[in-house]
Amino acid sequence: MLTGAPIVVISFLYVGLLFAIALYGDKRANSGRSIIANPYIYTLSLAVYCTSWTFYGSVGRAATSGIGFLPIYLGPTLMAALWWYVLLKMVRISKAHRITSIADFIASRYGKSHLLGGLVTIIAVLGIVPYIALQLKAISASFSTILQYPNSLVSAAPDALPFLQDNTFYVAMLLAVFTILFGTRHLDATERHEGLVAAIAFESIVKLIAFIAVGLFVTFGMFDGFDDLFSRATAIPELNALLVQGGAAGNYTTWASLTVLSMLAIILLPRQFQVAVVENVNERHLNKAIWLFPLYLLAINIFVLPIALGGLMHFPAGTVDADTFVLTLPLSEGQTWLALLAFVGGLSASTGMVIVETIALSTMVCNDLVMPILLRLKALRLTERADLSNLLIGIRRAAIVLVLALGYVYFYLAGEAYALVSIGLISFSAVAQFAPAMLGGLFWKGGTRLGALTGLSAGFLIWLYSLLLPSFAKSGWLPITFLTQGILGIDLLKPQQLFGLQGMDEISHCLFWSMIANVGLYVGVSLWRHPTAAEHSQANLFVDVLRHVAAGSGSRFWRGSATVADLQTLLGRFIGPERANESFAAYARSQGITAVEQLTANAVLVHYVESQIAGAIGSASARDMVASVVVEEPLALEEVMAIIDEASQALAYSRQLEQKSRELEAATYELRIANQRLQELDRLKDDFISTVTHELRTPLTSIRAFSEILGDNPNLETEQRAKFLGIITRESERLTRLINQVLDLAKIESGAAEWNPSALDMREVIEEATTALSQIYKERGIRLSTDLPDGLPVVYADRDRIFQVVLNLLSNAANFCDKPESHVRVALALENTALRIDVTDNGIGISAADQNVIFEKFRQVSDDASGKPKGSGLGLAISREIVQHYKGRLWVVSALGVGSTFSFTLPLPRSKLPFLAA
Amino acid sequence: MIRPTFKGQRLVALFMLGCLLFNYPLLTLFASDIRIWGIPLVYVYLYVAWAALISAMALVIERRDQ
Amino acid sequence: MTMHALIVEDEENILLSLEFLLSEAGYTTSTAKDGADALKSLERAIPDLVLLDVMLPLIDGFEVCRRMRANPALRNTRILMLTARGRDTEVQHGMALGADAYVTKPFSTRALMAKIRELSIGDLQQNNNAT
Repeated sequence: MLTGAPIVVISFLYVGLLFAIALYGDKRANSGRSIIANPYIYTLSLAVYCTSWTFYGSVGRAATSGIGFLPIYLGPTLMAALWWYVLLKMVRISKAHRITSIADFIASRYGKSHLLGGLVTIIAVLGIVPYIALQLKAISASFSTILQYPNSLVSAAPDALPFLQDNTFYVAMLLAVFTILFGTRHLDATERHEGLVAAIAFESIVKLIAFIAVGLFVTFGMFDGFDDLFSRATAIPELNALLVQGGAAGNYTTWASLTVLSMLAIILLPRQFQVAVVENVNERHLNKAIWLFPLYLLAINIFVLPIALGGLMHFPAGTVDADTFVLTLPLSEGQTWLALLAFVGGLSASTGMVIVETIALSTMVCNDLVMPILLRLKALRLTERADLSNLLIGIRRAAIVLVLALGYVYFYLAGEAYALVSIGLISFSAVAQFAPAMLGGLFWKGGTRLGALTGLSAGFLIWLYSLLLPSFAKSGWLPITFLTQGILGIDLLKPQQLFGLQGMDEISHCLFWSMIANVGLYVGVSLWRHPTAAEHSQANLFVDVLRHVAAGSGSRFWRGSATVADLQTLLGRFIGPERANESFAAYARSQGITAVEQLTANAVLVHYVESQIAGAIGSASARDMVASVVVEEPLALEEVMAIIDEASQALAYSRQLEQKSRELEAATYELRIANQRLQELDRLKDDFISTVTHELRTPLTSIRAFSEILGDNPNLETEQRAKFLGIITRESERLTRLINQVLDLAKIESGAAEWNPSALDMREVIEEATTALSQIYKERGIRLSTDLPDGLPVVYADRDRIFQVVLNLLSNAANFCDKPESHVRVALALENTALRIDVTDNGIGISAADQNVIFEKFRQVSDDASGKPKGSGLGLAISREIVQHYKGRLWVVSALGVGSTFSFTLPLPRSKLPFLAA
Repeated sequence: MIRPTFKGQRLVALFMLGCLLFNYPLLTLFASDIRIWGIPLVYVYLYVAWAALISAMALVIERRDQ
Repeated sequence: MTMHALIVEDEENILLSLEFLLSEAGYTTSTAKDGADALKSLERAIPDLVLLDVMLPLIDGFEVCRRMRANPALRNTRILMLTARGRDTEVQHGMALGADAYVTKPFSTRALMAKIRELSIGDLQQNNNAT
């Protein structure tokens, strides 16, 4: 058969391959071309959930309790549907607050409490240790199986080999080395390990392929398909019993408990938090993962039952441990390569779990357990140490070794007594204790630190008492009377029948009591007191994270003074001086400041530095470090509440503003223009008044002057006297005209004018106007022609006013004709639903600039040739008002030196419009 | 990022459906001796229901919003 | 010695009346219809009096006044400003620029001539004192 050496070589080669993948992944990440930035890799990394428990243990469980292996996978499927809310919140919060572990998360939520963080870490470590032991057991067992087949029959439990001869010990050591190499080469502020994720994703593929390969082999190789396999199984009474889903009440509860436990485990296991939250690259990956991950679980479970049944049928009862069927079945049929593939698959499953879980745990131990304590020990003067990064890495590595050592110890002491799956469920029950604090923290603002502490402690104690210690007792490490009689012989305190609750399996029993205590105390104690300022602010930030923009407002709760240099030095101590420089430079750029020296040490910068440091040592410790540099003034609760309210209002506003910023910009622009216009109108009004005054005084001046002259000089020559009188008369007329026009315009504009509409034949009106001016045209030698067709419909308007308009246009045209062959043409036409009148001249034309201006009051085109312009400047303004009163338009088209065409329209009365389309 | 909450609500609904489908009261309905391709009804039901739920979740996620 | 006056006014009729009044008072007159014209005329001959309308096309009366006062050759020329806008600020502006008198339109002919006589008496007295 197989000897040890090739298997070991293959194992090392495989791990080497994983390393290569990890290194490649990291290299790509550093160059910016991440290979893990897609949802498929993300989903595959989540499949680290499937450990050797899945690979070997499911088959074992199926062989003993039929369908009972399935709920562990149904639970995550159900929870995946809720990921849309739950996991998304977790990811977003963690990104915003640089949270790097589940302990950090819970501690941060409840006011950055070191105590909570430490408690969570301890529970996590104690809870996961059995699970790690399980993996160790699987690796060594699979190694022994493949090596010693066909001698590895009954679950060989050599009574505690002295550990130096126990190959599991070496496995543990090697795993420690691998984990250290995979996960602690450097400190990353984000705690992301892209290479690791790539390797894990690869392992997920390998274990899926391996398992399905074995499944196919068993179903179609050893049997003739599902039909054949199952019918043969049914033929055997014991197996048939397995298949029929009997319904003892115990089964119901177990089923439900396992579903619930696995639902919680998929988000609360440290390794799951690590890959799902911390290592997440892009929130959008969650979407695909929601259904792809359950799909993976489905795929890897298709062949569990066939393999189990196949094994049971193939091997005489009780001779081979069902946990090993995945290996032994191929081996028994001489399929060595398949067996090796299966072995590698199992190795993938185990190593993946151990590495990720251990890294996650070491991060927690370092950031949330050790560092807070060390920082508190003033004797160490850690706050004065220049470079802490080496210390941090050292602590992480020590933690990895510690965790694996504990795993081995547990395996050594207690592991042999249990089937694989049962050990795993103990771990699930432990991390389930985080659920009230975590889920409550995500959705309920009322959760307080004290509530979380008491709930967590109570749940943990019950777990300890009803699951962990009994597992020791069952392995003989504690007296068995502990189980059978309860502590101190008190019946009601029997660990697995607390208060007399019987009939539940141990898992359900523990879940029941621990959840009652945990949830009860969490809610009860939280409601007992109001949340503190820090808790309230964190609660808002966490629970409302989906509704608001990225949370930067945590910085508002600091009032303090610091210098930029201090902060930069502080940061440098954790991530190295060069990286601190880069970080500050990037921050300055984001604030639009070119030089770091110009940064101000305000709350925003402090928060930024704090979050950077939190990536290295956890958020609770980060706060302390920053506090040592920033002289902080404590805030009263009212102040903080005011700030929070202000902040949440501001956040809400900023969100609305973001959405409407485009509209606002456009509106502002329009408003600005309107304001300018208003100001101009105001100025114009003032101008208007002063211009009117000026315009009125000018003719008055002439009138008065000449009147006085005539009066004082009775002996003037007749000719001169006549001339002067003429001037007086003309200027009086001019004055009167001007006054009339001003009043007219004022009346029209203010709406006080009288309009007397009647049916107008425009031809007639135009003809009358041309007649009135014919004299002047003749005098000036301007030819006047008309183009007035017959049969046009009438319009309803005030005759005098329209006449006024036509007259105005005609006289303007006359005024601006300078050539000897001047020609003015008046045209009348029907255009769509209106009458249109054009007055065209070939005079001097109007420049583009003036075209905009001539319709305004008192604006005239300055005629350089003749000096002062003729007319009062009000004519066109009045004409426009009149035309617009009847909903028409008055405009000009002109070119300098060529001529101008003034046009206006008068809409026809509606009822007269022929056959308008609806 | 504004996520359409309709998807989220649908997923929650699927969650509740799943809880119903995968738990005991409903499961006992299928605890019979009927075999499909030799496989007991319960297993077929569970796997089929599981696949159906996953497909429903995929549909909810991947479908473009109207 | 006859006095010479330059009348700068763009309104034809007002110009006419001023010409009449000044010639009645013994001045010889030249006229200008806008600021540029006025400045050109000043280059040709230095008048004793300038009647300066404020509202002129192209270069306005204030500007003409300023330039006149900046020219030492025109030191002795009296400037009398005319305007239809009677705001105090305008009057002050004109006086600040160096005008000697300010009359608003419509003016009383007698008042105008009285002012002109005042200005010329001053001149005569100066001339007398100089000699």
